Amino acid sequence: MSEKRTIAVTINGKRYQEEVEVRFTLADFMRQQLGLTGTHLGCEHGVCGACTILLDGRSARSCLMLAVQADGHEILTVEGIAPSAEKMHPLQEAFRDNHGLQCGFCTPGMLTTLIEFLRDNPDPTEQEVRIAISGNLCRCTGYQGIVAAALDAAQRLKAAKEAP
Amino acid sequence: MRSRVFGNRVGRIEDPPLLTGRGRFIDDIRLPRLAHAAFVRSPHGHAAILTIDKSQALATPGVIAVYTAADFAPHLRQDRLIVGLPSPAYRQDVNRPVLARDEVVHVGEPVAIVVAENRYLAEDGAAMVNVDYEILPAVADARASLVKGSPTVHRNALHNLLAEFDVAYGDVAAAFSAAPHTFRETLWQHRGGGHSIECRGAVAQYDAMEDRLTLWSSTQTPHTAMRLLSDVLGWDDTRVRVVTPDVGGGFGPKLIFYPEDVAIPLAALLLGRPVKWIEDRREHFTGSTQERDQFWDIEIAVDEQARILGVRGRLIHEHGAYTARGANLPYESAQTVTLPYEVPAYALNVKLALTNKVPVTPVRGAGQPQGAFAMERLLDRVARELKLDRAEVRRRNLIAAQRMPCAKPLRSRGGMQVVLDSGDYPKCQQMVLDAIGWRDFKSRQAAARAANVYIGVGLANFVKGTGRGPFEPVAVRIGASGTIHIHSGAAAMGQSTKTMLAQIVAAQLGGTIDKIKVTTGDTAGIAMGIGGFNSRQAVMAGSSAHLAAVALREKVLAVAAKLLDVSADGLEIEGGSVQLRARPKTAIALGELARAMGGTPGFTLPGGMAPGLEVSEAFLRDEMAFANGAAAVEVEVDAETGAVEIRKFIIAHDCGRMINPVIVEGQIVGGVVHGIGNALFEWMGFDGQCQPVTTTFADYLLVTSTEAPSIDVLHMESPSPINPLGVKGVGECGVMPVAPAIMSAIEDALSPFAVKIARTPVTPAELAGAIQAARREKRVGPAL
Repeated sequence: MSEKRTIAVTINGKRYQEEVEVRFTLADFMRQQLGLTGTHLGCEHGVCGACTILLDGRSARSCLMLAVQADGHEILTVEGIAPSAEKMHPLQEAFRDNHGLQCGFCTPGMLTTLIEFLRDNPDPTEQEVRIAISGNLCRCTGYQGIVAAALDAAQRLKAAKEAP
Repeated sequence: MRSRVFGNRVGRIEDPPLLTGRGRFIDDIRLPRLAHAAFVRSPHGHAAILTIDKSQALATPGVIAVYTAADFAPHLRQDRLIVGLPSPAYRQDVNRPVLARDEVVHVGEPVAIVVAENRYLAEDGAAMVNVDYEILPAVADARASLVKGSPTVHRNALHNLLAEFDVAYGDVAAAFSAAPHTFRETLWQHRGGGHSIECRGAVAQYDAMEDRLTLWSSTQTPHTAMRLLSDVLGWDDTRVRVVTPDVGGGFGPKLIFYPEDVAIPLAALLLGRPVKWIEDRREHFTGSTQERDQFWDIEIAVDEQARILGVRGRLIHEHGAYTARGANLPYESAQTVTLPYEVPAYALNVKLALTNKVPVTPVRGAGQPQGAFAMERLLDRVARELKLDRAEVRRRNLIAAQRMPCAKPLRSRGGMQVVLDSGDYPKCQQMVLDAIGWRDFKSRQAAARAANVYIGVGLANFVKGTGRGPFEPVAVRIGASGTIHIHSGAAAMGQSTKTMLAQIVAAQLGGTIDKIKVTTGDTAGIAMGIGGFNSRQAVMAGSSAHLAAVALREKVLAVAAKLLDVSADGLEIEGGSVQLRARPKTAIALGELARAMGGTPGFTLPGGMAPGLEVSEAFLRDEMAFANGAAAVEVEVDAETGAVEIRKFIIAHDCGRMINPVIVEGQIVGGVVHGIGNALFEWMGFDGQCQPVTTTFADYLLVTSTEAPSIDVLHMESPSPINPLGVKGVGECGVMPVAPAIMSAIEDALSPFAVKIARTPVTPAELAGAIQAARREKRVGPAL
């Protein structure tokens, strides 16, 4: 059970070439082998969505993928969302300003899911936001702050785009 | 008190790291030479352990060690976790072992621990531990458990009654015999697990240099864990440190001290290597405590005007296989029933029944939502039978504002008189009625029905005991850098505890939270602590923080006055320094004051004052602060599928003075949605052999964003007179009125079918079945 393979992935713009056990999930590989612990595991059976990452720009459950399947692909995790160490992404700022998180454990998956969603739907309705995050469980917020944050983020992103 | 930081919508200090992937949760802890553990758990509800063969597991590549109860025994001063809160009600002690020795009594009970180089290898090893079981009869139903002749949950026990008590006052028999109307309801209330999105976990390391064992645990009660771990090992507690890292939600089950909290540190000690165990979701379904079934048989007596004369009944509460917390949960249920209303006589007999399932302990609300459900269902029944408006029946019985503080003839579990300290319950109810348009609803309902749309409204009140005493200490210290450090035994698990404490302290010490650092959940940071549960931290830790900050403020001003050679009266703390109000340029930094009070060898401290800028306080209060509220909900029920859509949800609540309205709203909304789960979705299923049948989130349904409605929160602030901040707890309040309000609304929507609901949760299939039956039987619906 300890067969290994070498894979090359780009995570948050950084290239990693690593030998990984073939049975390691992508989530375990990133968390345990690379120390990228921002991505969280809530159920490890694909329902809760906490482990959601963007694989080549598309949301994917990193608990349901093997690390070897990510070979040659580009990944975005929560650690890579903010433009710099000093400045948060408008979506992160909107989460902060709308109490879109309490314990913060589901947050990484919410953020990645919404990055993809707002990219494809820059001007969503509340109902569209609710459908977009319906594959992400949150036990703390009742989703209200998250929905408000997503709608607020859409406005902020639009304003940033329109700014000269 | 400074207004700009206390009571305002201040941003949380917790947020930036959590938003950028820099949180530090239990599974984020990485230590050199860290080994990983997996548990071998009972696959049976009840079985005798005949033999355990570790040999194949030990031969599995990567496996470092396998421990069973026999391996642990020489290192444990006691082999059971004795954690039950005191109560005279116990009829037997059923304390959990660290690892099962010769009998397992629920699926998921730990039998052996396998330690390996990584979790995958540990699970390989766990699969190779060969346990030979002899299956014994399992007890699945709490009611059947108490019937004479039932098999016993523990094979050598005489019976399955764990505890029995009565909560009673007044002459109930007389009240019922004289009453013109009595109505009886039989209720089956089910609640599920905590299901924080982060599961539990433990990491332990023995440091030989310091001769200290450190346990990082996702616990809501680190100081209790330190004491219990020390007790079990027979160690002095100065050699044990328990640290709670960031916690990804608590909701009750994480306040419990678990077998894993001993097994992991002991494995680390025996191996001389740090060991990590992270619970997976299946383990959370089988090994973490949960709430489950309560069976109520309850009766109300009212006069011709629907005024309550008495309430009486029986409650059978499912306890699970062991005592992991105590008899407290159904005690809270029993005590909550009558709280919002004038009830002259009350008697509830409560029996705690053992079953072969994982132990039952509090989930958000801790039995109190069930008490409210029982009472509100009775009041709906009264309204229906006497053909009165449901709100009117409640209005006639709610405790009036002028009765506050109102002593109830009830005693808390610690023997203290229950006194409702403040509030205006009728006004809270009126707020939600106005907001939902209760008065005009009948016409809207009729119009909708004409279009074959079934809508209904429901209503429920609650009173919730919060701020469980006796204390929660807080230390506030100003360091030489000018940073204000707050240490507390309080435990943060998402409720913004750090921001709450920082706001309270900042109100006294400079008005901003920027230079405040809060440490919670570390037994090395503060000697005493109780922890986070029972909506207690803003009340208990918050009050301590306030007292400490006020005292420290006085000292800061006195020291500054001495050093600046001015009167303290003219000084103000502003940002990071103390300045003369009249001449702001005359100022001295807080850090400088701290240095001065740090002392210089041979020199007198300023003003001859005691050294340091640190104050510790432990606000003492045994009595609870009672929060209250009301909810009104509008639902639409699909008469074909039974699907329930919540169209409007209004909750008015009173948690006393609000420290931060944003956080309060977040707690209320989160609680409401948890309550929606309990009312409509969450079902922890077992088969007849006590095999859990809902062990994934595909089987066990949490509320998702598309089922959660947008919730309107209305605030009322009646300051509590029993603590210096005037606050009451809020963390569990949102859950309280949800299930009864929703059931009331569903019944209202389906009144043409006379559908009656007597259980939680109620599913679309059950509602659809009841509607179909009503149609078949010409609109006479059966009770669900």
